[in-house]
This record gives sequence, C-alpha cells and structure tokens, in this order.
Amino acid sequence: MNRALLIARRELRAYFRSPLGSVVIASALLLDGILFYWRSLSQRLLSGEALAEYFWWTSGVTITAALFLSMRLISEERQTGTFTLLNTAPLREWEIIVGKYLSVWCMVLLLTVLSVYMPLLLLVNGKVSFGHIVVGYLGQLLIGGAAAAIGLFASTLTRSQLVSIVVGAAIVVVMLVFWVLAQAIDPPLNKFLAAAALHHANFRPFQFGILELGATAYYLSVAYLFLLGAVKILEARRWR
Amino acid sequence: MIEIQELCKYYGQSRAIGPVSTTIEKGEVVGLLGLNGAGKTTTLRILACDLLPTSGTVRVQGIDVVEHPEEVRRKIGYLPDVPPLYDEMRVGEYLQFAMELRGRPALEGRQRVPAVAEKIGLSQVLQEPLFSLSHGFRQRVGIAQAIVHEPELVVLDEPISGLDPVQIVEMRALVRQLRENHTVIVSSHILSEISETCDRLLVLRDGLVVASGTEEELSQNLLEGLRIQLTVRADSGDLSRILSVIRAIPGVGNAGAISALERGAKVQSFEVHGKRDVREQLGASLQQAGFPLLTMLKTESELEDVFLKLAGAEKGAA
Repeated sequence: MNRALLIARRELRAYFRSPLGSVVIASALLLDGILFYWRSLSQRLLSGEALAEYFWWTSGVTITAALFLSMRLISEERQTGTFTLLNTAPLREWEIIVGKYLSVWCMVLLLTVLSVYMPLLLLVNGKVSFGHIVVGYLGQLLIGGAAAAIGLFASTLTRSQLVSIVVGAAIVVVMLVFWVLAQAIDPPLNKFLAAAALHHANFRPFQFGILELGATAYYLSVAYLFLLGAVKILEARRWR
Repeated sequence: MIEIQELCKYYGQSRAIGPVSTTIEKGEVVGLLGLNGAGKTTTLRILACDLLPTSGTVRVQGIDVVEHPEEVRRKIGYLPDVPPLYDEMRVGEYLQFAMELRGRPALEGRQRVPAVAEKIGLSQVLQEPLFSLSHGFRQRVGIAQAIVHEPELVVLDEPISGLDPVQIVEMRALVRQLRENHTVIVSSHILSEISETCDRLLVLRDGLVVASGTEEELSQNLLEGLRIQLTVRADSGDLSRILSVIRAIPGVGNAGAISALERGAKVQSFEVHGKRDVREQLGASLQQAGFPLLTMLKTESELEDVFLKLAGAEKGAA
C-alpha cells in the first residue's frame, strides 16, 4: 500500500506541475459558477430546490472533469515509456492502479472542495440543511469517483490520450442513457437498465439530500468493477 | 546468476526469440548483440520481468521470473532503450522515487541518491528538471535509476544509442565501472560500441543465439585465424609468382594483392589470411624466392566482419 501512496503522490505532483490539473479544475469551477448562477440563482426557486438544481448540473461537470483528469494516467506513461519503470519495479498491478486512482480521486475531491462556496451561499442566505449539502457532495464524490475509474480503465486500453478520453466518454454516455433505454424496453430488463444508469435514478437521492445505501453501493461497485478491469488489462499486457 | 532454458517468445504467430538457452555468471559483463529485430529487447524485457515468456524458464539467482517476478525485480535494475523519465521531476527527486518504488526506505534513499549521482556524474544536475537535460545526461539518469537500489543484475538496452563520440567514451567507462558491483547485460546492434566493455558476447540472429564467446574467440572461429598484410620489393609482373610462393606455405588460407602500402617503385603489397601464425614461414619463403620483405603486419580482427557474418547481414547492407 505504501508504494500505491508513493505513486499517488507523484501523480498529484505531476497534475500541478503540468497545466492539465490546473486547467481542468479552473475550467470546471468556471463552468460550475456559470451553471450555479444560470440554473440556481437566476431562477425563482426555493433554497432547497436551487441546491438540488446545482447538484444536478454540477454532477455532469464533475463527471467530465474526472474523465479529463484520468485520461492520461496510464496512456501517457505507455506513450512516453515511463510505464516500464512501474512495470519492472516490485509492484503488483493493483498497487499501480490504486495509486493512480487515489491521485485522480484527490483531484476530484479538490474540485469539490473548491466549489463549496456556492452551496454555502445558499446556506447563509437561504434555508437549506447542512445535511443536504453534505449528502449532495458525497454524491459528487461518488459519481466523480465512478467516472474517474471509468476514465482510468479507458486509459489502460490505449497509448493515445485522445482515444482514451473518447473511449471513457463513450462508456459514460452509454451508462448515462441506460435510463432512456429502460423506458423503451420491456420488463424485467428495463428494471436492470434503470438500476445500472450512471446518473438518473442513482444520483437523484443525493441531489435531494437523501443518503441511500443502494445508490452508494452502486457507485462504489462501478468504481470497483472498472478498477478491477484496469488491473486485469495490465496483467494481460505482460503477455503481449 | 542467470539461467535461461529453452526460452521462447511469440507475438501472435510470429516467433520473436527462441529457443534460447544460456547461462550468465555472477560478475560477468555480457554483451547481447544483434541487428534490429534480432530479439535483444524482447530477451531483456523478459529478464527484467516486463514481459512474460511464451515458454521456457528464466531464473535469476535460482528464482523463476514467472513464478516470483516481484522477488526477481528487486534484484534487477533495468534501463530500457528509451530511459523511463518523468520530465516534470527533478533528477534527485526522480532517483529518490525510483529507489522507494523498489521498496527501499526513504531515509536510505536520501543518503544513496547523492552517492549514485556522484558515481554517475550527475551531481551538478541533481536539482535540474529532467526535461532540461541533454540526451547524454538523460541516458546517465536512466543508468542511475537502474542502479540506485543496488541491484545485483543491471540490464541495459542500447545505452550507447544516439550518443555523440565523447558521450560514447564516457558511457563505456560508466559501464566498465558498473562491473565492480554488478553483473551487467548490455545490448547493442553495433559491435564496436560494446566489445571493449564486455567479458563475453552473445550474438542473436532471428531470435536465436548464433554465437557466444569472447571477442577473440569469435574472431578466430569466424575469420579462420590471422590476417597479415605484407609489402615486398618486386615488379608488378611478379605478382602471380609471389602469390604462388605465399599460397604454397602450409597454413595459409587465402591470399591476394592489395594496393601498395608504401610509396616507391617496385613495391607490392599483399593480404594473407592464415589459419595459424605463418609470419616466419612467409618471411623465409619470400626471401628465398628473391623478394626482399619490406614490412609485415599482423592486423587486428575485423570486429564488424565477425559480427555481420554472425548476424547474417552483408557488410554493404549494414
């Protein structure tokens, strides 16, 4: 685990020494601010509704930011040849993936923390519960973590960061539209698809400040499955 | 130190190496030679546990690279053909990271990194970011990361590639320096680049070891002994007579006239390939036949000829 932390530490430094980390976080915060003003402040909404609206829109920004932040994690290393250093060190594949994931998750956490002034404005000037904010942000971290795991998985598939983000985005989009497909098909498959949708039914409880165990378990499972997939791909690559 | 038995690696249906069997003793500096595509990098990647073999076994100090890769990786330092450098890091910071990544304590790294930097000649750039370094320094940092955790085996894939002549001389000295504490395997596709630094050469062709031995052993086996250049006082009309005298000497393999090695009238030069040292008989026979000997020179083996013959390429194509 120590070496996973070592990898995470190096990755975090790399985010701040290259423009990527700052540019993605700054862009996401700008977009969050615009959406907050447009969808929450400029509408005639109750404080709670404005907060739910904010969480709804900002979750999309968090997903996009997580994909951009994770696209380089393995593909860049394979492109520049630095992955050999990790691959020939006495590490397990899971240590590499966990280290990389921790770093991108910390970036998602940073983005979330920096955006906290917006719901705090509603807390100070309106009537919202502190619990609603905490649960909404937990949802942001869970959905951001799931998207980061998808992005990391896509990054293990290719040397190209561009292809990596396209693949990651494609997986996310497919998982987002599961709920649309669910409306078009018959039971029991529609229930399964609705439950597997990345946003919609699974994010809605967090949006309204309701902590649901099932939705929490769903996001943790998505992250786990994609991270496991990434580990298996790295293991398989040794045979190539 | 290293035992390789019936090692094979296939990429799909295409055989990259094998079957290869060889052993490398502790403290040896072994050169792995071959033209591009001969299987050098694949062999080294398997040794460094970067790649799994299709079949066969590789053991480093008795530990199998497939069954216990982590243990083997602790004993190996590997420099791939492109040094694995994180450009945004500083040299010292990168070496510290490489050391901790190999499971060594951070405190030990803080003592060891300056010592390794001193040894490799990196002290003056220890605080420099890696992206600002020249190609020669990047190769040095690549070697430093391969030895910073004090591995028993150091594997260097084409460390001299792309360096200028001064850097090549420095790199050779560096590789020679490594032999004091490590077993070293170094690959190249240019024989003269590494022949001076290696105790033994393994020549790969189409994924197979086609020759193994010291530089002298390879030269003698493949060039059929010595090459002698001599100059005698004679008219150009005497060429065929002189050649018949030379060819009549037992032990002479091949002989022919070459451009005169000295200026002046009545000077003829010849090149003789002997299966053994025939210089005394040459001198005596030519003197007896009335052709005074002016000079005679035993030349060094043509290393590149040996290598190209082994590697299966025509000299002109190299």
